[in-house]
Amino acid sequence: MSVTREQVAKIASLARIKVDEGDLDHFVPEFNAILGFVEQLSEVDTSSVEPMTAVIEQKLRLRDDVIDADPLTGGGKQAEVLANAPVAEHGFFGVPKVIE
Amino acid sequence: MSNYRIEGATGTWEVVIGLEVHAQVTSNAKLFSGASTQFGAEPNSQVSLVDAAMPGMLPVPNRECIRQAVRTGMAIEAQINAWSRFDRKNYFYADLPQGYQISQLYHPLVGEGQLTIEADEKAGIPEDKVIRIERIHVEQDAGKLMHDQHPTMSYVDLNRTGVALMEIVSRPDMTSPAEAGAYIRKLRAILRYVGSCDGNMEEGSMRADVNVSVRKVGDTELGTRTETKNVNSVRFVMQAIEHEVRRQIDVLEDGGQIVQETRLFDPNTGTTRSMRSKEDAHDYRYFPDPDLLPLELDQDFLDECRASLPELPDAKRARYTGELGLTDYNARELTAEVETFARFETLLAETAKALGKPEAKVATPVANWSLSVAPGVIKALGDEGDMANATPARQAAILKMQDAGEISGGQAKEIFEIVLKTGREPDEIAETDGLKQVSDTGAIEEAIAAIMAANEDKVADYRGGKDKLFGFFVGQTMKAMQGKANPAVVNQLLKDKLG
Repeated sequence: MSVTREQVAKIASLARIKVDEGDLDHFVPEFNAILGFVEQLSEVDTSSVEPMTAVIEQKLRLRDDVIDADPLTGGGKQAEVLANAPVAEHGFFGVPKVIE
Repeated sequence: MSNYRIEGATGTWEVVIGLEVHAQVTSNAKLFSGASTQFGAEPNSQVSLVDAAMPGMLPVPNRECIRQAVRTGMAIEAQINAWSRFDRKNYFYADLPQGYQISQLYHPLVGEGQLTIEADEKAGIPEDKVIRIERIHVEQDAGKLMHDQHPTMSYVDLNRTGVALMEIVSRPDMTSPAEAGAYIRKLRAILRYVGSCDGNMEEGSMRADVNVSVRKVGDTELGTRTETKNVNSVRFVMQAIEHEVRRQIDVLEDGGQIVQETRLFDPNTGTTRSMRSKEDAHDYRYFPDPDLLPLELDQDFLDECRASLPELPDAKRARYTGELGLTDYNARELTAEVETFARFETLLAETAKALGKPEAKVATPVANWSLSVAPGVIKALGDEGDMANATPARQAAILKMQDAGEISGGQAKEIFEIVLKTGREPDEIAETDGLKQVSDTGAIEEAIAAIMAANEDKVADYRGGKDKLFGFFVGQTMKAMQGKANPAVVNQLLKDKLG
């Protein structure tokens, strides 16, 4: 499997990363090297092996349904949340008009 | 099979419909953060650093959201996947600070299930029909954009960002707008019975993506479908389908082709239009979310989910017609909404207790009272009545007097009206306001004797075989008793006297 220049350009655009025309030339072989490596890995028969989801044995933990139980992951942070916004008006983020 | 067919210029068409319903999970906090889900708060006041996608914040799933999705799955008889996983759906939009939505593409929490929509002759659904449900997965809602507050900017409120949604995906099993409407109503009823979603379509707690295609009757291949997004009422879903069907047939009959695309419904015109999204908008590049381990549910958790399920609409309806002996119509009306059956069951228990009879013996009068008599009085009174006065105990007291023949149906209504206005007790009203039937045989016998004496000719005619005159005597007796005589007693006495 390999990618074309156009595919690399599209992936960059989907990720909203600006890539100059000139840079595409060395991204294409880089991508292909990575894909080649993964292809090589696929040659190993793993049909009897469970996929590893974490390096250490652990289970997904769930939280209780309590509002603002931990102030670090709760709401009531309008000012902090808006602090980095280029435009914040009346408690809203302001963004260039997007209408479909 | 539905008999919904559209006659086109080139032949007869049929319709294939599938629905993806997004239902907001009822929970206090969001799916992956502790921020509140309360509707209508100050903009961006219920946004945690997790929801705002601040670097380094990690999502931790809310157990209650998972529990409610599992219970919903069980309520539609679905396969529950004890092992499921979250994936990232990548796209850029101003209402999605993460740049991806955490969803479940490859391993959803709930697999194949189904629900049954009921036969409705008038709507063109001749018999009960099973609609298969492909899956239910759990995902994050996005924020809200407002376009009309500023001339050059859109405003973003992230309060809804990260609230838990269930996406409930049906198979393309519906073949008419009426079936789609019935499906959404039934799904909404199940969600509300289970308590996993409040079903409030106005506030956006339930919205549907409507997939529609058309084909000539007899064709086995499916036509190309379009998807109309975010339709937020049963009526709009039906309208969107009707419009989309007409539009697709027109395009095809003019020799055109249907483009597989996303469309928007305009509630003001009842029409759909293309969203003209960029072509790569659907390249979501899903992959397993590396921030979240697989979701593994143990047997205790699943057992609790199942044990906590209430009686569901189909079972309740069957019990109402079976055990309680109600008519199909009454059972259907009473089980349609959670509030309706809750009120009915409370009053039924109260009335059975007051009368010392089993529920099955009093179910029919209580059902008639709940569905027609009481609502009639309440509606006629309007603002003059106070529903707080209509306690189950007072309503049961009225039904008890009626059951004992102490008051007539008309008097029951009058008493209920006074209860609503004043909060007085029904027994006291009946006594004080003279709203009681006379069952005292002495008074009635006296009236009957006088009437028979004044109408000797009619008595003779009746005895001579003119049975219809019986009604005349009943009328005269009731009139003489000023309408307060117990009709059953009057009938019995008249039969005895007239012979």
